[in-house]
Amino acid sequence: MNTIAETRSKSLLYLEDVSVSFDGFKALNSLSFVVEPGELRAIIGPNGAGKTTMMDIITGKTRPDTGRVLFEDEIDLTKKDEADIAQLGIGRKFQKPTVFESHTVWDNLELALNRPRGVFSTLFYKLSADDTVRIEEILDTIRMTHRRNELAANLSHGQKQWLEIGMLLAQEPKLLLVDEPVAGMTDAETAETAVLLREIAKSRSVVVVEHDMGFIRELGVKVTCLAEGSVLAEGSIDFVSNDPKVIENYLGR
Amino acid sequence: MMSAFIFRALKSHILATVVVILAAAVLVPASNLLLPADHALHIPTYVMSLMGKYLCYALLALALDLVWGYCGILSLGHGAFFAFGGYAMGMYLMRQIGSRGVYGNPDLPDFMVFLNWKELPWFWYGFDFFPFAMLMVLFVPGLLAFVFGWFAFRSRVNGVYLSIITQAMTYALMLSFFRNDMGFGGNNGLTDYKEIVGFSVQAGGTRAVLFAMSALMLALCLLIASAIVNSKFGKVLVGVRDAESRVRFLGFRVENIKLFTFVVSAMFAGIAGALFVPQVGIINPGEFAPANSIEVVVWTAVGGRGTLIGPIIGAVLVNAGKSYFTGAFPELWLFALGGLFIAVTLFLPKGIVGTIQGGFSTRKAIKVASDAEKGRGDVTPIAQAAE
Repeated sequence: MNTIAETRSKSLLYLEDVSVSFDGFKALNSLSFVVEPGELRAIIGPNGAGKTTMMDIITGKTRPDTGRVLFEDEIDLTKKDEADIAQLGIGRKFQKPTVFESHTVWDNLELALNRPRGVFSTLFYKLSADDTVRIEEILDTIRMTHRRNELAANLSHGQKQWLEIGMLLAQEPKLLLVDEPVAGMTDAETAETAVLLREIAKSRSVVVVEHDMGFIRELGVKVTCLAEGSVLAEGSIDFVSNDPKVIENYLGR
Repeated sequence: MMSAFIFRALKSHILATVVVILAAAVLVPASNLLLPADHALHIPTYVMSLMGKYLCYALLALALDLVWGYCGILSLGHGAFFAFGGYAMGMYLMRQIGSRGVYGNPDLPDFMVFLNWKELPWFWYGFDFFPFAMLMVLFVPGLLAFVFGWFAFRSRVNGVYLSIITQAMTYALMLSFFRNDMGFGGNNGLTDYKEIVGFSVQAGGTRAVLFAMSALMLALCLLIASAIVNSKFGKVLVGVRDAESRVRFLGFRVENIKLFTFVVSAMFAGIAGALFVPQVGIINPGEFAPANSIEVVVWTAVGGRGTLIGPIIGAVLVNAGKSYFTGAFPELWLFALGGLFIAVTLFLPKGIVGTIQGGFSTRKAIKVASDAEKGRGDVTPIAQAAE
């Protein structure tokens, strides 16, 4: 495992000694974690390990008590709010699929498109040819071209998950945080989601939080195991799943 | 850019509503002024003023729909913005009385003479001028909404907490406007108007123009609201209503989106108040009463929130019902209103217009589905398309 000093110069996301507690409960306990540009990383860990809290801190929803959170080695994320961080290029998918149910699939993607987001620029926005092409591309990537005019409310659970991933693509993020993308999906959908995420990771970094070990094996990437707010083990899936601490804390249970 | 923005407002049902309102703006005053009093289609002046009042309420309900129906902010204090618009107009009308008041003081309104004030307070300056007063009709409600919204939305006060604060806001304003030393006429309010831009407020012609103005402003605000909700901004607005955190993580500044909508809505309410006051002849702190703001919510819910035309229909229907009930069975009105709200919540949760629109789109969906089943129509069944 690389030490932080070695990876420091080329990181996309860099967390050092991050701690946060809620009413005395230490959700994160001096967590350090580095994501390199172009990396696809999986995060596992038992409930309450701090996976979602970590995402909250990266995306500006929660402020850490101590520690440093840097994006592209220089931007201090602890000083920014959600909108700033999204505009910097960090996209986030929630555990529960969160799409705009009363809008069509197309409108969902149009809203997510990386365009000026001020009051007046959206008030006078007109769909350009470029934007149309981009939305059609994304529809193709998430395999939903035939449902473009459907209300998002009428989509199946798996399709909502894909639509949300599509919205994140439309945002053109440099880093994508994905929280349990295959929860509640069928096996076929899970396999397709793995393909989709690998495809997405070709052009950007992706961090996936997941419980489904089969899915992580399918992704075949570096795995970080969290427990009680800090990193327990990091490495290939075989390395991590044979680690006695991981077995004791997570897999064995 | 601008033309596309305006063009988007012209949805067919909005356009139809605008045509109806504009027709009323012409026909009602025409019938009042041109037809003889004993003609079957003659509309008496008091009925016209009553209808003008309904149109002002309709505009107030439209304003609420913009924030509640589209942005999910349930304001229980929209009556405050209405009252501020009304007070701005009332102050102008007071200044037009000049020396014709009971005390005949050319510089001060009667209530100030009564309170033994020697000079006009600074915040009454400028209200002699119609254009300044009209500017204040927009500016004062807008400013209140801006300051209130700035703090509330930035600190992410949401849902029922926000509703309670808006209610407290209008209640606090009511209490302060009841005080004589606020300088707005205390509990008597501002009344006994004589003239508006040189015309007697009592004259039939003035009444007709006021009615027409109410209809015109309602039509104009409906078009503006429609342009807003049909733009990309409007889609973001609905996004805020349905999944606020998603909007935030997509990089939008939710507080600015809410603030803009809240201010526009407050200005609509201010215009409604300003047109209301000369037609009813009085503005007093009672307009700030929390119950008034809650009634606006009932009109909007009855008509159908998130439809723009629903609140207009709801406001007119409920108020026509109120006029009838308070004449025929005065003690029953509040029960009828409460019963109506419960009935609508239980049986028509989308309101009148929302239910009708929902019925149309369901019939359309059923038709599409049955066409697809029979193997005709241009729609590919989803299962086939997916293969």
